[in-house]
Amino acid sequence: MNIASLAPLAVVLPILGAALTFALNRNPLAQRVVSIGMLSLTLLLECLLLASVWTTGTASVTLGGWQPPWGVVMVVDQFSSFMLVVSSVISLAVLIYATGQGMADGDREAPVSIFHPTYLILVAGVSNAFLTGDLFNLYVGFEILLTASYVLMTLGGTGPRIRAGVTYVVVSVVSSVLFLIAIAMIYGATGTITMADLAIKLAELDPGTRNLLHVMLLVAFGIKAAVFPLSFWLPDSYPTAPAPVTAVFAGLLTKVGVYAMVRTETLLFPGDTLNTPLMVVALLTMLVGILGAIAQSDIKRLLSFTLVSHIGYMVFGLAMSSIAGLAAAVFYVAHHITVQTSLFLVTGLIERRGGSSSMDRLGGLAKLSPLLALLFFIPAMNLAGIPPFSGFLGKLGLMQAGIALGTPLAITLVVGGVVTSLLTLLAVARVWNRAFWRKPEDAEYPDPVLKDTAGVGLLPRTMVGPTAALVVFGVALTVFAGPLFQLAGNSAEQMLDRTAYIRSVLGEHAPIPGIAAPHGDTPAGSPAGGASPGTPASAQGGGK
Amino acid sequence: MSVNLTLLIVMGLLYACGIYLILERSLTRVLLGLMLLANATNLLILSTGGYAGLAPLFNKSTDPRDYNDPLPQALILTSIVISFAVTAFMLGIIYRTWALARQDDIQDDAEDRRVAKTPSFDAEDDSVVPEETSEFPDTAVTEAAKEGGPE
Repeated sequence: MNIASLAPLAVVLPILGAALTFALNRNPLAQRVVSIGMLSLTLLLECLLLASVWTTGTASVTLGGWQPPWGVVMVVDQFSSFMLVVSSVISLAVLIYATGQGMADGDREAPVSIFHPTYLILVAGVSNAFLTGDLFNLYVGFEILLTASYVLMTLGGTGPRIRAGVTYVVVSVVSSVLFLIAIAMIYGATGTITMADLAIKLAELDPGTRNLLHVMLLVAFGIKAAVFPLSFWLPDSYPTAPAPVTAVFAGLLTKVGVYAMVRTETLLFPGDTLNTPLMVVALLTMLVGILGAIAQSDIKRLLSFTLVSHIGYMVFGLAMSSIAGLAAAVFYVAHHITVQTSLFLVTGLIERRGGSSSMDRLGGLAKLSPLLALLFFIPAMNLAGIPPFSGFLGKLGLMQAGIALGTPLAITLVVGGVVTSLLTLLAVARVWNRAFWRKPEDAEYPDPVLKDTAGVGLLPRTMVGPTAALVVFGVALTVFAGPLFQLAGNSAEQMLDRTAYIRSVLGEHAPIPGIAAPHGDTPAGSPAGGASPGTPASAQGGGK
Repeated sequence: MSVNLTLLIVMGLLYACGIYLILERSLTRVLLGLMLLANATNLLILSTGGYAGLAPLFNKSTDPRDYNDPLPQALILTSIVISFAVTAFMLGIIYRTWALARQDDIQDDAEDRRVAKTPSFDAEDDSVVPEETSEFPDTAVTEAAKEGGPE
């Protein structure tokens, strides 16, 4: 039996775990064991999926006995299985961290009986969104993860969380309605919602209709991915949630939006019709986001703004629609998920040790807790893109692809990317200077915990452990950047080619009429087409 | 494909009212607006199914073209269930807002307001540091900072 046919288990296992933990809600210990066990099992399965896709190529699973153009399919290709593995590593680490926090706090912050089932459902929704090959099923995946995230966002029901939750829920529901409208229109125009089938049928539509559908999908996903004019909700709602919840949201939820945008751009609407607006939007996202981050004095809010800002890099890579650009974007997504999550987890630790996440109240943490300082310093430098970290390699890949493309707009974006990177360095250096480096008495309103060190216990190992593991994972992305860039390059090539994806769903003899047209204009739009395969190799050289 | 004009007009009205309502500040109205939007979208999906036909129960003697398209109806069922869950959750949140603040309005983000009011002058970065003239640099700087830097 082919291992790829087990793909639906990546969704089923977490849901099963959610049901079990819900039934066990009177026994916190059993809940923890079940949820961590289930997620580990899911991670193992996803590693096997990645290995199987690596050797045997793209595979699809038909659900419920309906043949592909009618039924729901799940498609495992290199990009989706890679995203699955990264997202599961993150969610497992955050789950262990949250469990540690729960054990240390006696569960005041996050009542376990609700937390574990909801968290597992969130993971199931993310896996479903990554795996599905059906547009409506993608909507369902989004709704599963969003509904779970509403609950996690308002956990405990305190005033600020309810306030933030309202904004979050309303914005998410509006974006889901937009997505649903787009699905209805696409179904009305083509008579199918299977993505592989759409890839063929959308190409036959009138260009005006096609552009309308394209823009509607991008707007809906743009809200979820927090791309600039649609990013206002994110810094408003993320920082108030409990630290592990913010960490997993920052790592995964926006990236699911980015993933959906990548699929839209490569599979459904290939070619470069919207590349110019996407590039402009990417530039604005980077700059506006990072300028917002510099103004903040709360670390969580600052990180939320850097999150928005760095989404711009991924959109930039996507908008180039060359293999090199897309490969760099794929690598950047993996890097950013890891780094942003570890930074939010560290902020949770800072809050525990220093009593606050506001920089006005912090100081001298480097002396109080050198380990914490190290755990902050590495991902912070990684985020800012200091060599040799993976942030640098991802940005380098993007810059190379941008220069290879050579249009004035692409060069502007390269410059914008460098400026954003420097401003990110400024933002995290401010956190470092104020929270870690200066003396506690220099803080504007020093938190009493900083001086009275006797009353504070050590940070719980179950929280430091997963954070350290994630930081190490982030460093591992640097060490293994060569193979990873190769993986990203392969998946980019597959996504731009589309043949493997469509054939794996619709059978070996599926006609691919749409392929001729987009292939005709991609090299014309980007003279980089020929030079691009060289880029992953050279970035690989930088990784050694 | 023929379309039902009544359905389209009702759909347009629902969208218009829904969008008007979600622009309000009162949470209950926002909720009503979201419900209208969801229902308008359900009508839109329904209208993509084409003309009204027989229920899609297979019978060999019926011409396949007489059947209704069942897929949009399946989509609508799913989306109704989802909007039902979201509505229930929103009602819970609205009740909680009322219980906490005795208010039905969306509230401002206090930290956001505070950051927006922050002057561009930052005492730590921007205050004028006097030239080193004294023999005891530390005391001179702290005294100058006390005088020069407004709180």
